[in-house]
Amino acid sequence: MLTGLAAGVAALLLLALAALPLGRLPFVGRMVHGGCLAVCLWLAGVALAVLLGGEAPTPLVLPVGPPWGAALLALDGLSAWFLLLLGLVGAAASLSGMGAEAPPSLPAFPLFLAGMVLSLGAGDGFTLLFGFELMSFASWALVAARHEQAENRAAARLYLIFALAAGAALVPAFGLLAAHAGGASFALLRAAPPEGWLAAAVLLLGLIGAGAKAGLVPLHAWLPLAHPAAPSHVSALMSGAMTKVALYVLARLLLDLCGPAQPSWWGLPLIALGALSALLGALRANLEDDTKTLLACSTIENIGVITLGLGLVLAFRGADLGGLAALAAAAALLHAMTHGVFKTLLFLSAGAVLHAAGSRRIDRLGGLIHAMPATAACALVGVAAAASLPPLSGFASEWLLLQALLAGWRVQEIGFQVAAAAATAIAAMAAALAAAAMLRLYGLVFLGRPRSPRGAGAHEVQGPEAWALWLPAGLTVLFGLFPGVLAQLAAPAVQALAGAAARPPGGWWLLQTGEGGAGYRPLAIALLLGLVVLGLWLWRRQVAPGGAQRGPVWNCGFIDPPPHLPFGDPFTQPTAGGIAQPLRRMLGVPLFAAREAVEMPRPGETRAARYEAGFQDPSLPLLLAPIARAREALAAQAERLRDLTIRRNLSLAFGLLVGLLALLAWLEAR
Amino acid sequence: MAWLGAILTQLLHLALVLVAAPLVVGGTRWLKARLMGRRGPHPLQPWRDVRKLLRKRPLLAENASEISELAPLVGAAACLLALAMVPSFAHGMLLAPVGDLILLAGLLALARMALALAGMDVGTAFGGLGAAREMSFAAFAEPALLLCVLTFAILAGTTNLDAVAVLLRDGSLGLRISLGLAAVAMLAVAVAENARIPVDNPATHLELTMVHEAMLLESSGWHLALWEAQSALRLTLWFALLAAIFLPFGTAPAGAGPLAWLLGLLAWVAKMAGLCLALAVFESAIAKMRVFRVPEFLGAALLLALLAVALLFVSTGLA
Repeated sequence: MLTGLAAGVAALLLLALAALPLGRLPFVGRMVHGGCLAVCLWLAGVALAVLLGGEAPTPLVLPVGPPWGAALLALDGLSAWFLLLLGLVGAAASLSGMGAEAPPSLPAFPLFLAGMVLSLGAGDGFTLLFGFELMSFASWALVAARHEQAENRAAARLYLIFALAAGAALVPAFGLLAAHAGGASFALLRAAPPEGWLAAAVLLLGLIGAGAKAGLVPLHAWLPLAHPAAPSHVSALMSGAMTKVALYVLARLLLDLCGPAQPSWWGLPLIALGALSALLGALRANLEDDTKTLLACSTIENIGVITLGLGLVLAFRGADLGGLAALAAAAALLHAMTHGVFKTLLFLSAGAVLHAAGSRRIDRLGGLIHAMPATAACALVGVAAAASLPPLSGFASEWLLLQALLAGWRVQEIGFQVAAAAATAIAAMAAALAAAAMLRLYGLVFLGRPRSPRGAGAHEVQGPEAWALWLPAGLTVLFGLFPGVLAQLAAPAVQALAGAAARPPGGWWLLQTGEGGAGYRPLAIALLLGLVVLGLWLWRRQVAPGGAQRGPVWNCGFIDPPPHLPFGDPFTQPTAGGIAQPLRRMLGVPLFAAREAVEMPRPGETRAARYEAGFQDPSLPLLLAPIARAREALAAQAERLRDLTIRRNLSLAFGLLVGLLALLAWLEAR
Repeated sequence: MAWLGAILTQLLHLALVLVAAPLVVGGTRWLKARLMGRRGPHPLQPWRDVRKLLRKRPLLAENASEISELAPLVGAAACLLALAMVPSFAHGMLLAPVGDLILLAGLLALARMALALAGMDVGTAFGGLGAAREMSFAAFAEPALLLCVLTFAILAGTTNLDAVAVLLRDGSLGLRISLGLAAVAMLAVAVAENARIPVDNPATHLELTMVHEAMLLESSGWHLALWEAQSALRLTLWFALLAAIFLPFGTAPAGAGPLAWLLGLLAWVAKMAGLCLALAVFESAIAKMRVFRVPEFLGAALLLALLAVALLFVSTGLA
């Protein structure tokens, strides 16, 4: 199985190598993406085999590696689960990429996939970090691909800074663990769990490193800029899979390698950051007016929800509540899978809309359900899942997570109980906010009337771009109807997180919190819903035969638009800013310093009224601005070195040499 | 035999709530009119309205999509399915094992989403305005509701509605301040979810002030009939939910005979009538709020629910 994994990585690297000289040829883009599709399906098969096979295969030693140890490939339940997600998301993204015109940085796409596979299939810290950095670098190349536009350049630069910060935190985290354990392979690391200040340092560094890559608040500033800047199928891969790889690293580092004996409070930072991310991400999704930025903000929300689940696992495990830890672990894993799939679907739909209607700005779209019925139907599935509506996949994982949160009071400590209650309220609010954001996205983009001539001339997408929507849409429905099967499939991963004795909640047909606990039977719910809808429809046909008549829109008696406005008066339709207004005033003002200004012309003046609205993410003034100021100050200090006299320069060099020698002597003596 | 009783009670329950739904809306309207010194329409008027509308063909705008055709069906079906899970006169109905409180919230969210999508389908200003407001209110109502569910989950150990109701009926938990606080919070959420005064005015025809009705401005014919039915079902659902949790007396236990059902039925009718009267008095006594005051109203409910949970942590020595 691991040979299969290695073959997959090798195939991806070969594809990248082949794309390097041939990338300019017209058909190569299609071939490279087709190859990626095949490799992704192969990898999903490998992951399925590991998940169903039970026993994890023994690690495979790679022929290449660092001088101080072997590079290992390994797959256990946890990494296989995320590899399955990567395979599915990567397949849909590659299929969609076959239809799009080849981006200028074609070799980076298979390289990006290879980096993710390597960090998931790593059996030691070095290989994991190598894959992680490869993933960061390749995705940066993809974000920076369209660097002619200034905002893409800015996004790529910010993305690079955060990627470097993530690496700068993860390398010492693994370094500390490896120095403590005397080796970098996972088996060695697991055998020597850190304690005391070392454990706290690993927790902090892991949260910074993986959190910056996953887009956890407050390290999320890059995500709403970088994800939309990439081509749409790459955005899907970044949102659906890359953020999950970062969460995998977080789970591997904190829940697996640090050992099962960490105290209960370890969960609290994860719960707090997760709740904060869920709330801020969902709210910001309600304020953005670019389809892909909106979806990226919704990713922040879902990353927060998954992190919340991981934090609950830590807390329950520390309090010896094995069953509940399994519940929370299943919730986090299931949400990672369902979110990965439906977010891919939504990003690919946004890409189809961008291709067909020529814009990402919500205020230039509208009424696309008539021009693009198939895309609209797929997007509706994704939107309903993202709004966590039963019986789709988003609700199933959200249900598990809420059940885990509702059991938070079983940790016998009042501080944690109150925190869990607050997290419950925040998670519920985030779910409702996500529903509002998804309604806003769908209602403005697909419903209503066109808002621009280009949008009115939209057409349905064809070929692979259209087929690529059906794979994640079908999976979203399937996962929604059979979450029990998915949870059983995740059993090895649940055991990796919650302990070897853990069982995933429920059986094949239902999700259940425990013996005799509350259950969720989505298949029964879906059947009943379908039955009632069918019954109502048949009854309606009995009472009122005949379909609907068509007529001009009533709109409270608003007069017909003048003939020079063929799509109706744009001002009688809600805009992105208008739909956002209630939440901007209710929550945006306290949390995002949102502002609104209406400038009305005085009576007799002929100029138009102006309305301006805006907001600022709190991470910019609170986190990034101080760091930027500190860097400026440091640079100004360093500048002074240039003006030193030659004598001082020489003494500086001499002092440095003496210092280094002293360090060497001290290290030798130890 | 147990499953026969379960099926029978489920069918009787469905018939009962379908009869009750128009009466709950009509009765509340009639009571409100009497309280204001008017004669008021007959309590069966909503039923007559729906019957009249059902026979009419809807008139759709030229640019309306399939959403306008499907959404009323989905919305009404979600509300009906949710209502089928809330016990009325007897416990242990066929759908009792499925009736989970979080699922109930999910089904109501599904109905809300269907309504909001239908409101935005044609692209009119009022539809979008109503949809945006409805979804914003939900962002404050859902956390309050979930914290109430947390109170029940701590007391009963499960979020299954039937199990919670049975436990509260048996009285083994006694009277608790937490339950009282949760009841007030639930009442506030119920008022907001059903678009009643002070959050929204169900009788208004002044477009600028409305939320729920604004989304229905373009519906007509049997579409409108289904929306009206959905709103009646939703009101009945919330009343039945409040009655099942906070007024659990007299409900027939699972596996009981027809005599106990009859007693349960009488008790349920009395409870529903009492809740209708309470709503009518409350609506007559209070003025509608500005839209941007609603978060304060629901925020107070959220705080009360949090207080209920915190008191439970302290009082039961769970800490």
